[in-house]
Amino acid sequence: MSAVNGTVAPEKIDYSSDQEVRWCPGCGDYSILKQVQTLLEQSGKKKEEVVFISGIGCSSRFPYYLDTYGLHGIHGRAPAIVSGLRSVRPDLSVWMITGDGDALSIGGNHIIHLLRRNVDVNVLLFNNEIYGLTKGQYSPTSPEGAVTRSTPMGSTDHPFNPLALVKGADGTFIARSMDRDPKHMREVLARADAHRGTSLVEIYQNCNVFNDGAFEVFTEKANKPANTLFVEQGKPLTFANGTKGICIKEMKPRIIDIGPDFSPNDCWIHDERDNFKASILVRLFDDPNHEGAFPRPFGVFYVNERATHEEKLQAQVKRAKEAKGLGDLDALLKGEHTWVIE
Amino acid sequence: MSTAPTKTKPVEERRNVVILFAGDSGDGIQLTGSQFTDSSALFGNDVSTFPNFPAEIRAPQGTLAGVSGFQLHFGSVEVWTPGDQCDVLVVMNAAALKANLIKLKKGGAIIANTDGFDKKNLRLAGYIDEADPLTDGSLSEYALHSVDVTKMTRAALEGLTLGMKEKDRCKNMFVLGFINWMYSRGMENSERFLHQKFAKKPDLLEANLRALKAGYHFGDTSETFTTRFEVKPAPMPKGSYRSITGNQGTALGLIAAAQKAKLDLFYGSYPITPASDILHELSRHKNFGVVTFQAEDEIAAISSAIGASYGGAIGITASSGPGIALKTEAMGLAFMLEIPLVIVNVQRGGPSTGLPTKTEQADLWQAVFGRNGEAPIPVIAASTPIDCFDMAFEAVQIAIEHMTPVILLTDGYIANGAEPWRFPQSRDLPEIVPPTVVASGDVAGARRTMADVHDASGKFLPYIRDERGVRPWALPGQPGLQHRIGGIEKEHKTGNISYEPKNHELMVRLRAEKVARIADRFKSIRLDSGPPEGDAIIVGWGSTYGAIRTAALELQAEGHSVAHVHIRHMFPFNRDLGPLLKKYKQVLVPEMNSGQLRQMLRAEFLVDAQGLNKIQGLPFTSAEIKEAVLNLMKR
Repeated sequence: MSAVNGTVAPEKIDYSSDQEVRWCPGCGDYSILKQVQTLLEQSGKKKEEVVFISGIGCSSRFPYYLDTYGLHGIHGRAPAIVSGLRSVRPDLSVWMITGDGDALSIGGNHIIHLLRRNVDVNVLLFNNEIYGLTKGQYSPTSPEGAVTRSTPMGSTDHPFNPLALVKGADGTFIARSMDRDPKHMREVLARADAHRGTSLVEIYQNCNVFNDGAFEVFTEKANKPANTLFVEQGKPLTFANGTKGICIKEMKPRIIDIGPDFSPNDCWIHDERDNFKASILVRLFDDPNHEGAFPRPFGVFYVNERATHEEKLQAQVKRAKEAKGLGDLDALLKGEHTWVIE
Repeated sequence: MSTAPTKTKPVEERRNVVILFAGDSGDGIQLTGSQFTDSSALFGNDVSTFPNFPAEIRAPQGTLAGVSGFQLHFGSVEVWTPGDQCDVLVVMNAAALKANLIKLKKGGAIIANTDGFDKKNLRLAGYIDEADPLTDGSLSEYALHSVDVTKMTRAALEGLTLGMKEKDRCKNMFVLGFINWMYSRGMENSERFLHQKFAKKPDLLEANLRALKAGYHFGDTSETFTTRFEVKPAPMPKGSYRSITGNQGTALGLIAAAQKAKLDLFYGSYPITPASDILHELSRHKNFGVVTFQAEDEIAAISSAIGASYGGAIGITASSGPGIALKTEAMGLAFMLEIPLVIVNVQRGGPSTGLPTKTEQADLWQAVFGRNGEAPIPVIAASTPIDCFDMAFEAVQIAIEHMTPVILLTDGYIANGAEPWRFPQSRDLPEIVPPTVVASGDVAGARRTMADVHDASGKFLPYIRDERGVRPWALPGQPGLQHRIGGIEKEHKTGNISYEPKNHELMVRLRAEKVARIADRFKSIRLDSGPPEGDAIIVGWGSTYGAIRTAALELQAEGHSVAHVHIRHMFPFNRDLGPLLKKYKQVLVPEMNSGQLRQMLRAEFLVDAQGLNKIQGLPFTSAEIKEAVLNLMKR
C-alpha cells in the first residue's frame, strides 16, 4: 500500500494468469476480461479471496486467464457449484461466468434457482446469440428464423428475453451492458460487485466468427443513438441524443419527442428500486429494425436488497448451535433411547 | 427392563419369533411394527426388520396393491435376517391375508381383524364369490384367531369426542397392545412413545393410550388365547445399545467422519425413495456444522456438493439409481478435479424408475463402470443397518485422505431395516487428516509445507502428488495458492490445460494408480465364518449379508465345509480376495441382480464363480441360499 495525499491507494495487483488467452482474434471476450481485471485491481481485492466459477463454452474459459482461484465446471451447472461453495464460504468474492447457451439452455433450471435463492455471486452472462464453441448452432437467444448450421431453414424457436427471465425468477440485481462500451461495462460491473445477492449482468458480446454484428444496431456509432437507451438512477429516460424520451401513460411506456410539447421532465424518471418499472424495462425488447420500436435499455435496471441464501443457511446453523449447543458427537451417537447389556 | 404379567395365563418360552404385521397402507402398520421392534430391542432381544410398503402414497384402500407389511424377527439368539417365514401373521384386512399367507409357516398363527373381511374387502382382495377365508375352513392348517379390532377399538374409545375416522385410526395401537401382551412385553416403551408423539394433542394421546391398553387387556381376558410367549434377552456383547436404521446409520457415520476431520459437512440432495431419510436425518443436526441443501435436481445436488468441497467442506450427495444416473457427469468432474466427495446410492429396483420401494443390488456396474472416459472411483458397500455407519465413515475417510469421489452403496432393504447397535464412543473413531496445505512451520494436521508444493520458481503446483498419488487440497482464501482447475485434461503437476497426447496417458494412469493404491489401507480380508479352505465359499456383498450368514452357519452346523466372505470394498477389491477364493472348490455368489459381482470376480481373478440370482425386489431367504450351496456341492 502506498500513501498518496494522506489517503491509502490500493497497490496495483496483476490479476492476469500465466496462461495464454485463446479466444478468436477480435472476440468480444477480450474486452470483458480487460474490464474485469481492471475492476478487480481498482477494488483492491486480494487475489486469493476471489473465485471464478464457470460452465462450458467460450466464455467459460474465462477463469483460466485470471490469477485467482477458479473452477471450470461442467455445462450449465456453474450456478449449482456456486450455490454449494457459497453455502460454506460466505467470505469469498465469487464470480460466475456463463454464456447464453450455458445459462439459458442446458443450465436454464439452475440459473432460475440461483436467482430465486439470491446466492451472493456476480453472474456475467455473455450473450452472443449463437453457440460459438460448438461452431455455430442457434442458441436460446437467437431470433426466430435465424439461419445457422443446425437451422438451415431458419430457427423455429421463440427466443428467450434473458432479463425478463431473470426478473421472473425474482433476481435482485438486473443489468445489461455491452463489450463495445468498456467504461459503461466497468461501471455496471462495479455496481454488481457491490450488490449482496445474485447480481446478473447480461453483456452483449460479439462473436465475430459465427454471428458477427448481431448487436451492431446497439453498439455502432451510426445506429446507437436511435436504438440504445442508457438508464441512470434519478435521470429521465431519454435517447437519440436527447431528442426522444420515454414516458408512462395509462400504465404503458410511450415514446415522446422532446421539444415544444414535451420536456425531459415529462419523461419516466429511472428508479432502480421500482419493481413495477423494472418489469417494464426488461420488456423493452423490440426488434430495433421494426419501425417505431422502443430503444434497447442498458444500465442497472433493478436493485433489491433481500437476505442472501447463505446468510439464511448460516443463520440456521448459528441458531441450532445456540439452541442445542455445539454438536456433541457422543450424545449424537447415543441417541435418545439406549439400553445397557451387562 | 422387566415385564410384569398381569394375569395367570401360562407363558411358553420361544428362542426366536417372526411376526409379520400387514394391513392397508393407511392402517399404521409401519408404526405398529417399528414400535414393537423398539420394545423388543429395549427388552434385550436381537432384532432384524423388513418394512415393505407400496410405491403409491395411498393405493386404493382394501386392494392387494395397497398392502403394507412390516416383518420383524426377534430372538434370544442372534438374528441376522427378518426371517424366511413368519410364525405369526397379523392382518388388518382380506387383501393383507391374501398377499401374505404364503409367508406363514404351516401351523402358524393368524390374527385377523374381522372388520376387514366384509363383502367389499373380500371382493377387493379377489376372493372368489366373496368367500370368507375366516369362516370357510380354508385356513384349517393354521391357528386362526378372528378378532374384531375395529369394534373393540371403537368400544374402548366410547365417550371421547373424536370423529369415527380418528377413532378407527387407533386400531394399530390396539394391535400393538395385544402383541405386547402376547409376547410378555411391558407397555412402558409404547406409552412413552405415545406421550412424546402426542404431547401437544391430549385428546389423541388419550385415545391411543386407551386403545393400546384395551388391546393388552383383551389378551388377558379373551378366552381365545390360552397361552402367551416369552423370548428371553439375547446373549449380546456387553455395552450400551440403541436401535438404528441403515439410513440413520449412514447419516450419523457422515457426521461423525466430518467431525473427526474437523470439517463442516455439506449435503446436497434431491428427494428420492429410499434415500430421502438421509436428508431428513442430517437436516436435524445443524449444530454439528451440517448444511443441508435441497437442490432443484440431482445434477444440482452433486454439483453443489462439489462446490462445497472445493470451498473446504466435505461435500456429500445421496440418491438412488435413477438419480445417480443423472449425477454421472458431475462425478467425472469431481474425479478430474480430484477433490473429496461422497456419493451414496441407496439402491432400489431398476432400471429407470423400476421398483421404487423394493430392494435390489443392481447398481454395482453403474457405480464401478458407469462414467465416460476412464474414471475409476472407489466403491464400497454396506451390508447391514449398523454397517451403514461404519461404511459411511470410511467413505468420508477415503474421500478426504485420498482426494477422490467415493461411492457408497447401500439399498432399500438395509436403509429402512433396523437392528440394535452397540454404538461407538467418539474417542474410538479414527482421526481423519485432510491433505490441506499450511504455511511452513505450521504442522497442525498438515501433511506438507508450502515448500513441498511449489516449483523452483515458487509457483504452486496443484497436481503435484505425494507417495500415495494424492494431490494437495488448496482452499480459496489461501494466499499464494491460487490455481484453476476443471474437467479438461490437466498437465501433470501444474494442472494447466493440456492436450498433449503423452500427458493424457500419464494422467489417466496416475489417477488410476491413486485409486488402486487405496487398497493399501484395507485390512486383510476376513472370513465371516467357515473353514480357511474347503468345498465351497459363499461370496456376498451388501444387504444379502444376513441371509448368507444364516445359511452358512446352518450349513457349517450340519457338517459342511462351507465358508462365507462378505466384500465391503467393491472397487478396488481387497488385494487378498483372489488368493482366498482359490482355496475353495466352488464359489457361489448370491446377488439380487443377474450376476454383476460374479462377472467382476471372474474377470479379475479368473475363478469359476457361480451365481445365485434373485431379481424380485425381495431379499433372499437363507433357505434359498442353503439349497443353492448344497446343489453346487453336488456338481
